[in-house]
Amino acid sequence: MIANYGYKDGSGEYYISIDTDKCIVCEAGRACLGACPKGMFEIISDDYDDEVAAVKQQFRRSLAFDCAQCKPAGGYTTLPCVSACTPGAIKHSW
Amino acid sequence: MITAGIDMGSRTVKVVFLEELKVDGAPQLKWGVKGKHIMFPEDLDADQAAEKAFNEALQASGIAREQVRRVVATGAGRKQVKFAHEDVTEVSAGAKGTVFMCPSARTVIDVGAEEGRGIKTDADGKVVDFAGNEKCAAGAGAFAESMSRALQLSLKEFGEASLRSDKTIPMNAQCTVFAESEVVSLIHSSTPKEDIAKAVLDAVASRVTAMARRVGIEGEVALIGGMVHNVGFVQSLKTALGVDNMLLPDMPEYVSALGAALIATEGKA
Ligand code: SF4
Ligand code: SF4
Repeated sequence: MIANYGYKDGSGEYYISIDTDKCIVCEAGRACLGACPKGMFEIISDDYDDEVAAVKQQFRRSLAFDCAQCKPAGGYTTLPCVSACTPGAIKHSW
Repeated sequence: MITAGIDMGSRTVKVVFLEELKVDGAPQLKWGVKGKHIMFPEDLDADQAAEKAFNEALQASGIAREQVRRVVATGAGRKQVKFAHEDVTEVSAGAKGTVFMCPSARTVIDVGAEEGRGIKTDADGKVVDFAGNEKCAAGAGAFAESMSRALQLSLKEFGEASLRSDKTIPMNAQCTVFAESEVVSLIHSSTPKEDIAKAVLDAVASRVTAMARRVGIEGEVALIGGMVHNVGFVQSLKTALGVDNMLLPDMPEYVSALGAALIATEGKA
């Protein structure tokens, strides 16, 4: 399943998408948990009883601010979460 | 076997019982008039409201509590349903219920009182992709409802009025609070009510469409949730999505509760 966490507001569309099929057989040892300096990810048991990564509830309304540290205005080439998740489950919409 | 689904929304509680019957030897699931829809009583906590709705639904359906094998809760307040055996998100319950009622649906748009979401599902009602808007309630029913009150129209009149308008007035505000002030200025500038109604419903449809586009619109599109009853919104949404046809299940506000009852039939313990 692709789970999109986030929102759209007047300034843009801010979603983190997680391809949870990749989490079921995570080949990165749940690296997302430790990679994010804000601790934004957690492992949940979803509705199909699969253990998958999700963005914690408290961050889902403020992603643009929460990820600002990793996304300086001057641009960036990699994000800690995306690099750590070698299976490529994590994508950012902005 | 009888199972139950209970949808604890932000404003209402919906209960659906589902009975598995053998028709010509083959199992068939039957649901119907056994739903109960109560407004969330302000004087009750969520768990008490769930208990009250469930008991009233049992009584109205002539079912004894012991006959119900499993109860699955869904909705924003699903964790508060103490007597549920399991809880599932509105996303899974909505997809499951929709595909049961409209088997050809592959994209589900759910517009409830406080939230809207887009869901892509497979033929078994399993979620493939979903998106909601965690921040903004402008893509939801409560916004349309409060705007209809500002125009002193019932929700039904509000929807019908918008169909009489062929104007497109863009609403720029992304937030319900600012959108409300835009509506107030339209009222003050004597803009006809039908044009304002259409502007509001177009705005809600455009927010909801953005979520549906995130997941990608595929196959037939079904709309569930209370906004199905709003003819103007259905038209605005069709236009925004660029589709001629939209599947509109009967009793659309019960679809998630039905989905939960269906998930209960697959339950483990
Ligand atoms: S997001 Fe990546 S690292 Fe985290 S559990 Fe899923 S696959 Fe593993
Ligand atoms: S961009 Fe940085 S802050 Fe945002 S989720 Fe990834 S690691 Fe965490």
